Amino acid sequence: MKVWVPADAAARACGADEVASAITAAAKQRGVTVELIRNGTRGMVWLEPLVEVETPEGRRAFGPMTPEDVTALFDAPDSHPKAQGLTEEIPFFKRQTRLTFARCGRIDPLSLMDYEAEGGLAGLRAALARPPAEIVEEIVASGLRGRGGAGFPTGIKWRTVLGAKAAQKYIVCNADEGDSGSFADRMLMEGDPFCLIEGMAIAGLATGATQGYVYIRSEYPDAIRVMRAAVEAATRAGILGADVMGSGRAFRMEIRVGAGAYVCGEETSLLNSLEGKRGVVRAKPPLPALEGFMGRPTVVNNVLSLAAVPWIMAHGGAAYNAIGINRSRGTIPLQIAGNVKHGGLFETGFGITLGEIVTEIAGGTASGRPIKAVQVGGPLGAYHPVSEFDLPFCYEEFAGQGGLVGHAGMIIHDEGADMLALARFAMEFCAIESCGKCTPCRIGAVRGVETLDRVAAGDPTALPLIEDLCNTMQLGSLCALGGFTPYPVLSAIRHFPEEFTPMREAAE
Amino acid sequence: MFDSARLAQILHAHEGVEGPLLPILHDIQESFGHIPEAALEPIAEALRLSRAEVVGVVGFYHDFRKTPAGAHVIKLCRAEACQSMGGAALQARLEAALGQKMGETKNGVTLEAVYCLGLCACAPAAMVDDRLVGRLDAGRVDTIAQEVRA
Repeated sequence: MKVWVPADAAARACGADEVASAITAAAKQRGVTVELIRNGTRGMVWLEPLVEVETPEGRRAFGPMTPEDVTALFDAPDSHPKAQGLTEEIPFFKRQTRLTFARCGRIDPLSLMDYEAEGGLAGLRAALARPPAEIVEEIVASGLRGRGGAGFPTGIKWRTVLGAKAAQKYIVCNADEGDSGSFADRMLMEGDPFCLIEGMAIAGLATGATQGYVYIRSEYPDAIRVMRAAVEAATRAGILGADVMGSGRAFRMEIRVGAGAYVCGEETSLLNSLEGKRGVVRAKPPLPALEGFMGRPTVVNNVLSLAAVPWIMAHGGAAYNAIGINRSRGTIPLQIAGNVKHGGLFETGFGITLGEIVTEIAGGTASGRPIKAVQVGGPLGAYHPVSEFDLPFCYEEFAGQGGLVGHAGMIIHDEGADMLALARFAMEFCAIESCGKCTPCRIGAVRGVETLDRVAAGDPTALPLIEDLCNTMQLGSLCALGGFTPYPVLSAIRHFPEEFTPMREAAE
Repeated sequence: MFDSARLAQILHAHEGVEGPLLPILHDIQESFGHIPEAALEPIAEALRLSRAEVVGVVGFYHDFRKTPAGAHVIKLCRAEACQSMGGAALQARLEAALGQKMGETKNGVTLEAVYCLGLCACAPAAMVDDRLVGRLDAGRVDTIAQEVRA
């Protein structure tokens, strides 16, 4: 009997380890031989721990499992109360276009054999057969844009690094996924770490970089452990090292750990941190592509950008480019979170509307109460009310609505949400996490908290000040932390003005 | 306890590493539970930095502690996804149960805020020592409070 129990952090946080132990114990008691695989998650987090059992028809899903549900898994699987049918027939899963996450949840994350059997290394092999400039042009042709949030074309960045002359170049993977509502980087690193390694190795071949670093936030101990083990295994197997798959070309990798600073998700701040400095933002130019880590040419890409690369190299840039709308090409792994019935990761082509995601796919709120607002793109993203649910998911449309796609995390709030408190939190978070380099962010965020407190106290002169302050932060900040914190604040004010008026106090 | 031989070992292990300061500080905190004052000068010397530069880096990052944490550390997520599932009320409940505020260490328990554990689809979430806990509710919060005080 072959059984899968995810070792993904979300599954473990919901009791997957206890379920796995119960399965082992029950098997022993019954004298049944069980091959237990700790896979990544399928991304249907509301069903975690999601246990899968192999059958001739395919893998059958049971979830959310508890240790008490395990006995019936052995004795009466057909009538099991947690039976969900075949995993890949579950509508939430079936509707997806899984390119980047094709293997996540299917394989043993640290088995290179599994990885190759499910299409792994095909992209790297294709890249090894082509000169660097051709690899770069394939990525340009794919239309892939930075999945970290900025949306800069990945291929163009690589082209700059390829053209830069230097004795040493670097690939730096930004795995400092600090946005609330986002967990795709973590899920990929825990569920399919070789995919990221393969993407980084291809980036190295394409640009002439021979050293890669993955900067992972310290809040992700499981991802750090899995990535370290995967780099070790890939090095042992000759995929990384002095002679990448016998090509005579070198690419080495190392995992680095952040230290709890949100701002280090900003690329120049990340580079400073990687160099061992305070994670303050650098002014651009110079671009990191020309003067990045240690002042040398550096590709800084998000986990999801790099993890999309193996598929693109294996199937061609045109195939990736065929999916999506406008200048948002390919797939985007949406992360549906917060007060949601069916939360998890949903990879799909750009163009799906916000309403389809939130109401149809995610099934509305967990509380069952009406949706009030959805914050898209993390703590720096705008709050979108139900009236904006026809917004198609793509970089251009969200920017047009005073919002951003960001890292594609979305947090659903029900009608109980206090928009003034959420706006205040946006400013408070910015004040806590500001690197302190520029004044609009360092001082502005503190003043923002104070001024929103005046709004709450019923001071009618405070609200115009907030709008003015947001304008200064937006235009005067050095990076997205100070520059985008106004998005959640202003969108909350625009869509829910009644919660920011002096009448509020009186009404309560 | 601080041990200069262990510190020398850590410094030695990072020779030749590009950008070694954060990895060194992580190892020191792992070994000693915090970044001891006595370690600053030797680190600065080994990396050819000023003591002030090392102090600046230690102070910049939320993770590095100047004093050891309690025997138990609870990191409760305060970010938006957890707020949307009633995180603020659970924070108040936990603070009341433990008799301490976020950011305080009392009776061997450190309670602190974290901004996202990546468990946003099973919020609210916390980390109790090395264990992740999702789908927090009043009952689970009470259990955590009892466990860490036992």
